[in-house]
Amino acid sequence: MPGGYLAATTAAAVVPARAQMATTLGFHIILACLGIALPTIVLLAEGIGLRRKDETALLLARRWSQAMAVLVAVGAVTGTVLSFELGLLWPGLMRQYGPVLGFPFGVEGLFFFLEAIFAGIYLWGWRRLPGWAHFWSGVPIAASGILGAMAVIAVNSWMNQPGGFTQSGTTITSVSPWAVFFSRAAAYEMPHMILAAYMVAGFTVAGVYAAGILRGRRDRYHYAGFSLGFVPAAILTPVQLVVGDTAARSIAADQPVKFASMEYVSATSRQVPEWLAGVYVNGKVYGGIKVPDLDSLLVGFGPGTKVTGWDIAPPAQRPPAAWLIHLCFDAMVGLGSLLLLLGLWALWAWWRQRRLPAPRLFWLCGAVSGLAAIAAMECGWVVTEVGRQPWVVYGLLTTSAAATRNGGVVATLTLVIIMYLVLGAATIAILLMLSRRWRRGESSEAAVPYGPPVDEPPAAGAAGPGPGRP
Amino acid sequence: MAADTVGAILLAAVTLYAVLGGADFGGGLWDLLAGTTAGGREPRALIDETITPVWEANHVWLVFDLVIFWTAFPHAFAAVMTTAALPLWLALAGIVVRGAGFAFRKELTTLAAQRLAGAAFAFSSLLTPFFMGTVVGAIAAGAIPADSDRASTAAWTSATAILTGLLFVAACAYLAAVYLTSEASRRGNGPLRAYFARRAIAAGVVAGALSLAALATLHDASRLFYDRLTGRAVPLVIAAGACGLLVVALLAAALLRGRRPRGLRLVAAAGVAAVIWGWGVAQYPVLLPGTGVTLSNAGAPHQTLVAVIVIFIIAALVIGPSFALLYRLQGRRLLGEAGQGQWPAAGQGEE
Ligand code: HDD
Ligand code: HEM
Ligand code: HEM
Repeated sequence: MPGGYLAATTAAAVVPARAQMATTLGFHIILACLGIALPTIVLLAEGIGLRRKDETALLLARRWSQAMAVLVAVGAVTGTVLSFELGLLWPGLMRQYGPVLGFPFGVEGLFFFLEAIFAGIYLWGWRRLPGWAHFWSGVPIAASGILGAMAVIAVNSWMNQPGGFTQSGTTITSVSPWAVFFSRAAAYEMPHMILAAYMVAGFTVAGVYAAGILRGRRDRYHYAGFSLGFVPAAILTPVQLVVGDTAARSIAADQPVKFASMEYVSATSRQVPEWLAGVYVNGKVYGGIKVPDLDSLLVGFGPGTKVTGWDIAPPAQRPPAAWLIHLCFDAMVGLGSLLLLLGLWALWAWWRQRRLPAPRLFWLCGAVSGLAAIAAMECGWVVTEVGRQPWVVYGLLTTSAAATRNGGVVATLTLVIIMYLVLGAATIAILLMLSRRWRRGESSEAAVPYGPPVDEPPAAGAAGPGPGRP
Repeated sequence: MAADTVGAILLAAVTLYAVLGGADFGGGLWDLLAGTTAGGREPRALIDETITPVWEANHVWLVFDLVIFWTAFPHAFAAVMTTAALPLWLALAGIVVRGAGFAFRKELTTLAAQRLAGAAFAFSSLLTPFFMGTVVGAIAAGAIPADSDRASTAAWTSATAILTGLLFVAACAYLAAVYLTSEASRRGNGPLRAYFARRAIAAGVVAGALSLAALATLHDASRLFYDRLTGRAVPLVIAAGACGLLVVALLAAALLRGRRPRGLRLVAAAGVAAVIWGWGVAQYPVLLPGTGVTLSNAGAPHQTLVAVIVIFIIAALVIGPSFALLYRLQGRRLLGEAGQGQWPAAGQGEE
């Protein structure tokens, strides 16, 4: 390799580079979830609206489209940041493994095109495209959201379980693209992530309307908005837990050191206890509940199952901060279980009374369910990414060898944090503003940038109290 | 062979980004220069209307370009991303601010907030092409070392790089003004057509002058490259000049006779494409001039190159018609504001 490019010296920039990657990914992934799953929910509303001539459902679909136009734009720019960062922060990764990762990323590019093109048609076609034609222009967005997510997750799965290529030294000599795309970890990461996206989008939509209902806006509009998000998300939650459980068992087999950190298994043994919460410091777990034998039971369905501990790897090859990985794992599982209970509560009320539960507590939980799903999803990513350390490509390339040697990463990190805070705040502010305007029954847009205050033609929705008024 | 094909694919994808995405940046530029709130109302409205439904799709070409670059030529990619890190970070910041500013402005209602978002959109439309141009200039001038592991300011602040940056800005402005002239004609708006036609001529002249100046600096900075541009790439250089002159002539005719110009957009885009392909032909087969990094030894195995070719073919088959549909609907002005349809008789279906 020229100039010892990948020499194992530690790059000074690796810590801020990781922090920057985590910040930008953690932000993008929320928009990505909405980009993957929101189109389906909007289409659900539009389909119901068209079929049953239900004006409320159509109105919801139209308004969600307007919010989506903002979200998709922010998703696109934050995604572009990630593409640049792969080169700017991790030149060592791309230099060596770019040709391996290229295929899934290229497939992702195809689906981005479809998504962006049809979003251009669907989002901006409400006014003049006829009903069902408009509906069908949205279907490719929903489909390419799912397929595009599979492609990006293929990359992440491959980083966890690399395969499908040969190398001599640091040069890649052959690649089998499909083996890269469907690596061992893809089997559970792809469904787990896509389900997470549907949970995040569904519960977030439900949360918005639950908050409205808590404020006394108990009209059909709000109940419909809540149900269109809540029902699909609640149905998928149990599936998600089964997939997550499968993922955990695969990780126990394939990435034992990550699993050991998730479960505080310091030494390989049988009859391993399960720690619920608790902080691991220097060989001791503080706080937390210890359930004897449960970890062995979960891994191999019997208390005698041997679980590999992190002692199999030398200290330098163990992830840092086992406590973080463990607590994030528990938070994900805990939040997922709570969301399952929420769904069961609704199911029970429906079964007994043919209606959604009345207690205020249900709607309070509903209002925060979106945040809970987002938190579970972010925690899952911390488990995956921090748990893979010190490797960026498991067992093959360390994160510090992949990092840029340029200075100034602290500066870009600072700027990124400031910029994303502003971007996040502005996005939320704009969405709130849209909803206030809808509630006042106003139509939504200034016709002209920088126009003097525009008089909305009354035909554009201002005729009378809009549904969704308090 | 496969490597050459992928090189051509990369150049084609870059061309598409330049002629489609570039025009969207140019639109931002004219928004910036449209003057006062009241006076700039009409041109800003046209710019907004023509960019809105398409800019995201056009933007994907950039992502696609990056993916092809790192997949097929990872060594060159890592070298460029390392050496030119600073202008790339700045271009990236511009991309974020521009996209967000544009999307937010549409939803804002108070004039002050619109102005802020609009200024962010317009100003970053200037910065992004400039910094991207400096990176391309640095590559062309041979300032990117093959096994670079440090950023270099000198690389992208050479005369060639700066001139290329300015050229990118001018070219974006030129394309946008030409497209907007056609859009104004199609709407039968004579004054607006003249407004953009004048600006297109001005931007075209500036872009032409900057191209010649950049070429002149290459004479000293990268002699081999210069010789090839004036040697084997000369047909393309001439084609670029001819397209530029033709566009200016068409625009002048439209201004003087008030007739609707035809074929303008295609000729203008072809001119820009000719410049890009002239660059590619002059460099071939070297990826980073001044180094030994060529299309065929930049780090990707054969199967990867084949995969890129297959993806591009699928893209052409699937994405091409989809884009055609998008542009057609937009051309027929069937794409308006998000979520604003005929609203249902409000109040119904409430209880
Ligand atoms: C709504 C979100 C959500 C919920 C409720 C759950 N998960 Fe999860 N989990 C994610 C969202 C998520 C994710 C999208 O954040 C991750 C990160 C990487 C991935 O593929 O999915 C993830 C990763 C992830 C991993 C690590 C995968 C890896 O390192 O490759 C495991 C072992 C689990 N999950 C297990 C579970 C279990 C046992 C759950 C419940 C019983 C659970 N997850 C609920
Ligand atoms: C396709 C998907 C993804 C890819 C290709 C990817 C890639 C990377 C890379 C290259 C790094 C730096 C090297 C490393 O620390 O291992 C990283 C770190 C990180 N990423 Fe991911 N990532 C993906 C998804 C995500 C998502 C969605 C999140 C959301 C929160 C995330 C969270 C993190 C975190 C927390 C780190 C820092 C790890 C640490 O510092 O220990 N990743 N990722
Ligand atoms: C390193 C990892 C990642 C990179 C390089 C990346 C890159 C990108 C890029 C460039 C875009 C913009 C495309 C456009 O212009 O429209 C984008 C958008 C998107 N990304 Fe990511 N992304 C990454 C991680 C993820 C992950 C983990 C997911 C989810 C599984 C994801 C799902 C999406 C989706 C659905 C969109 C569409 C935007 C929207 O509708 O909001 N991305 N991404």
